Amino acid sequence: MHNFDFVRPSTLAEATAAMQAEGAQALGGGQTLMPVMKQRLAAPDTLVSLAGIAEMIGVCEKDGALVIGGATTHAQVASDAASMYPALAALAGMIGDPAVRSRGTVGGSLANNDPAACYPAGALGSGATITTNTREISSDNFSTGMFDTALEEGEIITSVAFPIPEKASYQKFEQPASRFALVGVYVAKFADGVRVAVTGASEGGVFRWSAAEAALSGNFSAEAIEGLSPEASGMITDLHGSGAYRAHLIGILTKRAVAAAH
Amino acid sequence: MPNITMTINGRDMSAEVENRTLLSSALRETLNLTGTHVGCDTSQCGACVVHVNGKPVKSCTMFAVEAAGATVDTIEGQAHSDGSLTVLQQAFQDHHGLQCGFCTPGMIMSAAALLKENPTPSEAEIRDYLEGNICRCTGYQGIVNAILAASGQTAAIAAE
Ligand SMILES: Cc1cc2nc3c(=O)[nH]c(=O)nc-3n(C[C@H](O)[C@H](O)[C@H](O)COP(=O)(O)OP(=O)(O)OC[C@H]3O[C@@H](n4cnc5c(N)ncnc54)[C@H](O)[C@@H]3O)c2cc1C
Ligand code: FES
Ligand code: FES
Repeated sequence: MHNFDFVRPSTLAEATAAMQAEGAQALGGGQTLMPVMKQRLAAPDTLVSLAGIAEMIGVCEKDGALVIGGATTHAQVASDAASMYPALAALAGMIGDPAVRSRGTVGGSLANNDPAACYPAGALGSGATITTNTREISSDNFSTGMFDTALEEGEIITSVAFPIPEKASYQKFEQPASRFALVGVYVAKFADGVRVAVTGASEGGVFRWSAAEAALSGNFSAEAIEGLSPEASGMITDLHGSGAYRAHLIGILTKRAVAAAH
Repeated sequence: MPNITMTINGRDMSAEVENRTLLSSALRETLNLTGTHVGCDTSQCGACVVHVNGKPVKSCTMFAVEAAGATVDTIEGQAHSDGSLTVLQQAFQDHHGLQCGFCTPGMIMSAAALLKENPTPSEAEIRDYLEGNICRCTGYQGIVNAILAASGQTAAIAAE
């Protein structure tokens, strides 16, 4: 790994200033960035650690939403948000393994936008709002493709607000070697409709399955989507499963999520 | 080079490291605490698990500078000061929880973290918690039995 300068600001203002430097990059939990740096696929000149910024850590409930600080670890969300938004806390508790959850953060997960990551489904499924040091971005406009987001150079995710639905569930079909989702489906039922977000399946990254949303908004039961599966074209095909298999899994996992939603 | 101080196994220790130095390398190469093993160096195997401020982390996937000022616990600090093994360590020995021993430091540190969070885990909870710790020898049953025994529960399959 190439060496770099390391700064550990204690306020967001200092972090924003540090990110202006040429070649600066944010460091969340490092659970994705460090392996990438080891492979020399990334070689930032400066790493700006977000772990010391108290205002970016913690969870709270505000205006009907669960608000998570951008540098909050998966482990903290799993424990502290369980009573406020159980389905999202459960999602955080299913990421990787305990040691990954001790370090990995919601901001790092959303910024990285791995096509098989869990948080992108939780955010899109909840209709979350992503707040950065410069603006607010709706989860509907956040993902712009695999490993690609609407974030600008130097932009820092400071918090994410997840509106709390009446009921929700995340169903993850785990790829046992990587511990990521082979396919994951997040279903959330709000008073004004149902949102269904799918991760792990599409070549375009996380997406909303609108046909299922329409069917479930009229009748929130597994029968409402019996036999429904999205088109297999555009689904990821790799050694773990074909696009057709993933499309099939989406139908199954959506039904399971509806049945498990609470 | 930055000079960092950590409280390792209850003692303040300082090390000169580069910013890019991994916590695992600082422990093993600078501080000669070679009980922490490095199996994969890619956050897959869990041989390098230590506790940072009480939480299990893979020390190959954390920079040493990030641990400056932190409390770090490693396998070397587990046994009692007279050298006798903890209940958990003894249970690994009694229940064939290790063969070659390469994964064992990480297994013990993960299991100790589990038992702190959940003093009487079920077999399923043990297997789930150890998801990030890979053992190429034991087939895991001995490890699961050891942790059940260490938590005062009957092992699913008794050791021969
Ligand atoms: C063994 C293993 C298993 C895993 N399993 C899963 C899984 O099942 N599901 C899952 O979803 N993920 C999984 N992950 C990934 C894990 O959730 C990572 O923690 C996460 O993807 C990245 O978060 P991080 O805080 O570690 O970010 P980092 O690795 O520090 O950073 C990742 C990227 O995000 C940027 N960044 C970090 N924080 C911010 C911020 N606040 N604002 C803007 N940009 C930021 C960085 O510059 C970098 O580009 C796994 C990882 C490992 C090692
Ligand atoms: S050496 Fe750290 S996880 Fe394998
Ligand atoms: S005892 Fe050999 S790898 Fe676990």
